[in-house]
Amino acid sequence: MKLQRKNRRALALGALAVSGALALTACGSDDTGSKGSDSSSSAATSNSSVKCDDAKGQLLADGSSAQKNAIDAWVKNFTQACSGVQVNYKGSGSGAGITAFTQGTVAFAGSDSALKPDEVTASKKVCSGGQGIDLPMVAGPISVAYNLSGVDNLVLDAPTIAKIFKGDITKWNDPAIVKLNPSAKLPDLKIQAYHRSDESGTTDNFTKYLKAAAPSEWTFSGGKAWQAKGGQSAQGSSGVAGGVKQTNGAIGYMELSYAKDGLNSVAIATGAATPVKASSDGATKAVAAAQVVGTGSDLSLKLDYTTKAEGAYPITLVTYEIVCDKGNKSATLPATKAFLRYIASTDGQGVLSGIDYAPIPDAIITKVRSTIEGLS
Amino acid sequence: MDTTQITDAPPPTDSPAPQARRKGPGRMGDKIFLGLSRGSGIFLLVIMAAIAIFLTYRAVLAINKDDGNFLTTFEWNTGIVPPKFGIAVLAFGTIVSSLIAMLIAVPVAVAIALFLTHYAPRRLRGPIAYVIDLLAAVPSIVYGLWGALILVPHLNGLFGWLNDYLGWTGLFAWDEGPARSLLTVSILLAIMILPIITNVSREVFGQVPQMHEEAALALGATRWEVIRMAVLPFGRSGVISASMLGLGRALGETMAVATVLSPDFDIHASLLNPGGGTFAQNIASKFSEADDFGRDALIASGLVLFVITLLVNGAARLIIARRKEYSGANA
Repeated sequence: MKLQRKNRRALALGALAVSGALALTACGSDDTGSKGSDSSSSAATSNSSVKCDDAKGQLLADGSSAQKNAIDAWVKNFTQACSGVQVNYKGSGSGAGITAFTQGTVAFAGSDSALKPDEVTASKKVCSGGQGIDLPMVAGPISVAYNLSGVDNLVLDAPTIAKIFKGDITKWNDPAIVKLNPSAKLPDLKIQAYHRSDESGTTDNFTKYLKAAAPSEWTFSGGKAWQAKGGQSAQGSSGVAGGVKQTNGAIGYMELSYAKDGLNSVAIATGAATPVKASSDGATKAVAAAQVVGTGSDLSLKLDYTTKAEGAYPITLVTYEIVCDKGNKSATLPATKAFLRYIASTDGQGVLSGIDYAPIPDAIITKVRSTIEGLS
Repeated sequence: MDTTQITDAPPPTDSPAPQARRKGPGRMGDKIFLGLSRGSGIFLLVIMAAIAIFLTYRAVLAINKDDGNFLTTFEWNTGIVPPKFGIAVLAFGTIVSSLIAMLIAVPVAVAIALFLTHYAPRRLRGPIAYVIDLLAAVPSIVYGLWGALILVPHLNGLFGWLNDYLGWTGLFAWDEGPARSLLTVSILLAIMILPIITNVSREVFGQVPQMHEEAALALGATRWEVIRMAVLPFGRSGVISASMLGLGRALGETMAVATVLSPDFDIHASLLNPGGGTFAQNIASKFSEADDFGRDALIASGLVLFVITLLVNGAARLIIARRKEYSGANA
């Protein structure tokens, strides 16, 4: 009896260890793996341009998971040059990031959407004498990816995409799709349209595009939560990508870095001479058509989703870094400025296109740089 | 008889000395233990009250601003102005998926427990019990990943069969999408709650007095009749308690549901088509992007889950209390 009990305890301990290890490894979130570190190490050769000044200590930041991989690549290069600084970015989501910022627990926050008026009001408590401002740092193309055997170069326009995602078009050989793809062999197969089940800046930007480019089809009010009924849904960009991969006849939207390994991206008929596929170059061109709508030193952008510019990919997401214009904590200000200065620099922005993000166009990033110099 | 003798007048042999030593600290220990246990009981009530007050406070903040009806709206949109959200779909999904999980898991768990206690060869009992223990230790996210990657693709066959033969009921109609529906969730939940129900039932069946079984056998009962007449009535309240433990896990399960389900805010007549949602899944998927108000709204939904769980536990206590005549105490 005694022996048996001992065995049982050992077994329980073993089970605990195994399951614990499994649980820990399962905790990783939307991470597209080592791609970021590969390209950042190649970019690391040029990190002599990083100016550390008197930056040191720990820099805490939190927010958008959409830009996590970009920040990781930047942090790697930055801390190689400035070993005195430790940058710690938790990608727990834009909402969580802004909450952490307005509570004063982080030096800057990352967000997929600019601060709302009540969030600016809340930020005034943390930024003594100033307020929170948005600095556009990363653009990212959102790919509409599909899995349809035998069809490689699918072209869709905004009204058709809207109808597919709200369930008005249910078959791949629907006349509207055939009309845009006269040469493709489209099967008589049900379309499985995947959207995000969690709230997300990706959904927000995707539906903003549909609302702007197909206003008569997409009549929902928009926001981070998906509003149309029906269709399939999954958690996170990785969940959507996984679901589309598993199902022949599926289509979904996701950040470009997830649209690979058997997934094709839809080319969007924007009205330009040729339909545009999702690419980091195309995203930069689309952001170039954006307008700065922030007041004062705030640089929040209004994207032009209906742009017909050659090669501009309209379904693009911009993530901002949110800092105080005045009244940043004196302990972390040098490190914040040095880090932001690096990521806004030519080198910093140059890292992006290698990891499926897009650099901010010159006209806007120049304004970002001068704003960073003015932070206090 | 013996006990009164000891307390009233200790036997004249060598016992007085140990007796005195035992008496003093014994009373002290009783007092300390009484205090400790009473304190723990009160502490538990205070914690529960604190949770309830916190949830209610935040929930009231959110519900006051809700543009829809909190109980009947088929929508969850806290980011728009005015916000509109309701728990109808979540309550439906939580209760239905848990009930189906119970329907699948309880009979199987009782069967396994009976097999282990009454049919299996002795040297098989230990290993099988260990394996079931291990299943209970697997974290839910692992079940979720297994469900999404392996269970979902393999359910197409079952769903097709259900659609062919039972599709006419409407309950099992399927339009051939990936099998990421409430029924999939129920099957996964059933697998997850199986170990705990099995283990507790096994312990209970193991406690059946040998005399009962032998008496039944002596009257000429077959092994199945023994189980029906002696084992099951004796174990009934234990199995109900075990099922309630399982139901508790099924109601609150989060990550596995979030990984496997394809949620939306609609109630579908068919169990096989994607859609629906549960409280815990909805909180997990909406929490990280939610602003303060969105979190309050999620907390309001959490309060409803809290109430449902309390009601279920209360109902279970009532059922067990009514079946007291079968319990071991009267045997």
